Amino acid sequence: MDIIIVLLSISLSIAAGFLVLFIWNIRSGQYDDTYTPSIRILFGDKKKESKAGKSDLTSKHQP
Amino acid sequence: MPSIKIVTDLECYHCGQLCDEIVWLQDKPFCCNGCMTVFEILTDNELCEYYSLDAKPGITLRHVNEESYEYLDEPTVRKKIMEFDSPSFARVRFYLPAIHCISCIWLLENLQKIQKGVLKSEVNFAGKMVCIDFNPAHVTPGKLAHQLASLGYIPQINLGDERKQRSVAGKTLITKLAVAGFAFGNIMLLSFPEYLGIDDSDKSLRSVFSYLTIVLAVPVMIYCAQDYFMNAWKSFAQKQINIDVPITVGLLALFSRSIYDILYQSGPGYLDSLTGLVFFLLIGRWFQSKTYESLAFDRDYKSYFPLVVQKQVHREWVPIIIHDLQVGDQIKIRNLEIVPADSNLLSDWAYIDYSFVTGESKAEKVKLGEQVYAGGRLIGQPIELVVTKKTSQGHLTSLWNNPVFQKPEERGYRKTIDRAAKGFTWVVMVLAFVTAVVWYIYDPSRVWLVLTSVLMVACPCALALAAPFTYGTLLRIFGRNHLYLKNTDVIERMASVDAVVFDKTGTVTYAKEPNVQFGGVLNEEETSWVKTLTSYSTHPLSNLITRSIHLRPVNIVQAFKEHPGHGVEGIIAGHSIKLGSAAFIGFRQNVNAQATLVFVSIDEEMRGYFSVAIAIRKNLREMLLRLGERCFALVSGDTETDKVQMSNLFNPSVQLIFNQSPNDKLHYIRDLQQQGRKVMMLGDGLNDAGALKQSDVGIAVTDDTGVFTPACDGILQGEMMESLDKFLALAKSSTSILKAAFTISFMYNAVALTFAITGHLTPLVAAILMPISSISVVGFSTLAVNYVAAGKLKNR
Repeated sequence: MDIIIVLLSISLSIAAGFLVLFIWNIRSGQYDDTYTPSIRILFGDKKKESKAGKSDLTSKHQP
Repeated sequence: MPSIKIVTDLECYHCGQLCDEIVWLQDKPFCCNGCMTVFEILTDNELCEYYSLDAKPGITLRHVNEESYEYLDEPTVRKKIMEFDSPSFARVRFYLPAIHCISCIWLLENLQKIQKGVLKSEVNFAGKMVCIDFNPAHVTPGKLAHQLASLGYIPQINLGDERKQRSVAGKTLITKLAVAGFAFGNIMLLSFPEYLGIDDSDKSLRSVFSYLTIVLAVPVMIYCAQDYFMNAWKSFAQKQINIDVPITVGLLALFSRSIYDILYQSGPGYLDSLTGLVFFLLIGRWFQSKTYESLAFDRDYKSYFPLVVQKQVHREWVPIIIHDLQVGDQIKIRNLEIVPADSNLLSDWAYIDYSFVTGESKAEKVKLGEQVYAGGRLIGQPIELVVTKKTSQGHLTSLWNNPVFQKPEERGYRKTIDRAAKGFTWVVMVLAFVTAVVWYIYDPSRVWLVLTSVLMVACPCALALAAPFTYGTLLRIFGRNHLYLKNTDVIERMASVDAVVFDKTGTVTYAKEPNVQFGGVLNEEETSWVKTLTSYSTHPLSNLITRSIHLRPVNIVQAFKEHPGHGVEGIIAGHSIKLGSAAFIGFRQNVNAQATLVFVSIDEEMRGYFSVAIAIRKNLREMLLRLGERCFALVSGDTETDKVQMSNLFNPSVQLIFNQSPNDKLHYIRDLQQQGRKVMMLGDGLNDAGALKQSDVGIAVTDDTGVFTPACDGILQGEMMESLDKFLALAKSSTSILKAAFTISFMYNAVALTFAITGHLTPLVAAILMPISSISVVGFSTLAVNYVAAGKLKNR
C-alpha cells in the first residue's frame, strides 16, 4: 500500500506546482487583459510592402 | 467646379464624419487638416493598414485644440506618471479614452514606427490604456503624449492611482479563490476512500489521508477565510450582527470539530465541507465584484480641471500644477480650456461657458476686471487672468467641502442580507441552546458533538451566496443594457427608490447639439455665404449654425462686424448679409416660438430664420408616463427659457425648478430625503455632483462613456434613458427573487438542522448537503433574474 503514498505525494506536488504557477501568472499580470491579445494575434507580422500592395490596400476606400 | 450636392455627401477618409471644408490628398477627402496630417503621418510610415482593419477608424481632430504636454517633463510631474524610469529605459502608461476599435490597437502598437525612441507599446483595450516602453535619451513623456494627441488619441493624465489599487484587490481575491479551490479539490479526493468504505485494515493509510487534509485546510482557514473573520470581528465590535458572524461561527465549529475528530480518530472530519464552503463563498464574492475597468465612479472636480496651467514668472510663461497656484498669480488660458481658480480678467473681454457649473450651455461675456469663476470654459481668444482664490476654495469647488463628500460610502443603509442574517443567527442560537439542554438530559456524553453539529450546518453558505448571485447577475444584465453600476449594493438601493429627480441639460435633453432647423428660402450658394459669415464669429449660436451646414464656405467676408447681443453682418460676394435677432434684421412681426430664432437677411431682405431648439431625448415622454408618480422633479441650473417645453414633457404633478446652483440641488435632494423619500438623481455634469452624491442612487447620464462623469453610483448611456422605469422595476423584482432564494436556503438549513439535532449528522451528509444547497440557490437566483429580465426588457 506504500505505493499509494508515493502516488499521492506525486499528484499533490504536481497540483501544488500548478497552483504556484497560476498564482505567479496572476501576480505578473498575465490575466489583466484578456481581450487585446486575441486581436493582436490577428495582425501578424507586417510584410515588406511594395508600392503596388499599398495602393491596392487603399484603393478600395476611394469614393 | 463639381456641383455642391456631391461634395456634401463626402465622408472624411480618416474619421468618417461629414466634410464641410474638404481637404484633398491623394484623391481622398478629409474633413480637416488634422485628419489629413494623421493620414500623412501614417502614409509616411507605411502604416496605412490602419484604414483596412476597420472602416473609417480615425478620430476627428476638428474640435481639438493644440495642447502642450511639456509639463509632463517637469521632474515632479514626471515622477508621478512614470511607472519605471532610468536613464536608458522607461515605462509610462497613458489612459486614452479614444481607443475604440481594432485599428486603434494596431496603430498604437506600431508607435515605434512613428516615434523614435519608443521600444514597445502595448494596448489594454478593455482598460483603454496604452503602456509604452521607451528610451528617455531619445524621447520624453511629454513628447509621447503630444504624438498620441496629434494622432487623435488625447491622453487623459491623472495623477491619482485609484486604478492600481483596484486591480491589486482583484488579484488577491483570485489568489484566495485559487488556493481554496486547490484545497477543496484535493481534500475531496482524499475523503473519497472514507465515504466509499475504506476498511480498518488500512488504518495507517487512513490517518495519512486525514492528516493531509488538515495540512491542506489550514491555509484555507488562515488565508482564504480571513476576510470573514475580520468582518465578523468588526461587526461584533460595533455590536451588530451581519452575515459574516454566523459564517465565522460555522467555519470555526467545522474546523475545531474536524481537528478533534481526526486527532482522536473518532471520524474523518468535515474539512471537505469546510473548504468547499469557503470556495463557494469566494466564488460568490468574485461574481459580485464585477467592475467596469474603463469607468470611474469616484471622480471629483480635479478630474475636470487641467493639471497644469501657464503661469507668468519673470515675463515668461511656465507650466505650473494647479494645486500650487497662489493668490495673485498671473495665468494664461487658451480656447476651450477650463479656468482652474476664481480669478479676475486681465484681458479686455472673454466669453466664458459655465455649463460645467450651472448646466446652462450659454457663453457669458466677461469684461476687464470682472470675476471669472473656476470651472468656466473659455471660448475664443486666449486670455490672461489673475488668481483671486486658491483652486480648492473656489466658488465651484467649495461644493466638495460639503460634508456629503467626506462621508464614508456606507450611508447607514442596512442591507437585506444583514437583516436576514440577524434573524437567522438568533434562531440558530436558540436552537443550539435548546438542543444542548435536551441532549444534556438524555445523553450528556454527546452534548458537545451535537452542539458543534448544529453550529456547523447552520452556517449560512447558501444564504450568503443568494445575494451575490442575484445582484451580480442583474449587474451584468444592466451592463449589457448600458447601465453600468458601481457595485451590487446600488441595486438594493435602486429597488427602494420612490422619487426620481432629473437634471435638464444633458439628461432630459441632449448635451451638445441642439436641433438647428432653417425655415425660409435660401439657395445653396446663399447658404454657404451664411456659413462663411457665422464661421467668423465665436458666438455659440454662430458655432451651432456653422456646424449644422455641411457646405464648403468658398468666399471671404468683407466688412465683418459683430454686434454683441444682436447679431453679425458682413459683405460676401457683393451682398450684404445679416444674421441676428428679429430687431437687428428689422423684422417686425411677432413670432411665437419655443426655440431661439436667428434671422437671416440678404441685401436687407428677410429670408427666413434658423430655429435653435434643445433636443429632448427620444421616447422620454412614454418612459415618464410609465414612471408615473415616482417621477418627482426636474431641477435645473438653467433659466426658465425651456419651461414651456418641459411642462409639456412632464406630468403636471412634477415640480419644475430652475435657476438652481449645485448647492441648491444638493439641498433639494436632502430635503426630500428628510421627508422620508428614497431619491434617485439623474444628472450629467459637474453641477449635479453634489446632488448625485447626496441622493440614494445617483446616476450619471452620458452619451459617451469615454468622457468624464461626476462621482456617482452608476453611469447610464443616454439612449437608454427610455428604459429607466424598466431598470427600476427589475431592481424591485430582484429583491423578491432574493427573498425566494433565502427561503430555499432556509429550507436546506432546516433539513440539515434536523440531522444535526437528532445527532445523525455525518461528514458524508454534510459533504452532500452543502454543495447541493449552494448550487441550487445559485442556479435558482441566476435563472430567475435572467428570466425576469428577458421578460421586462424584451420589447426594445
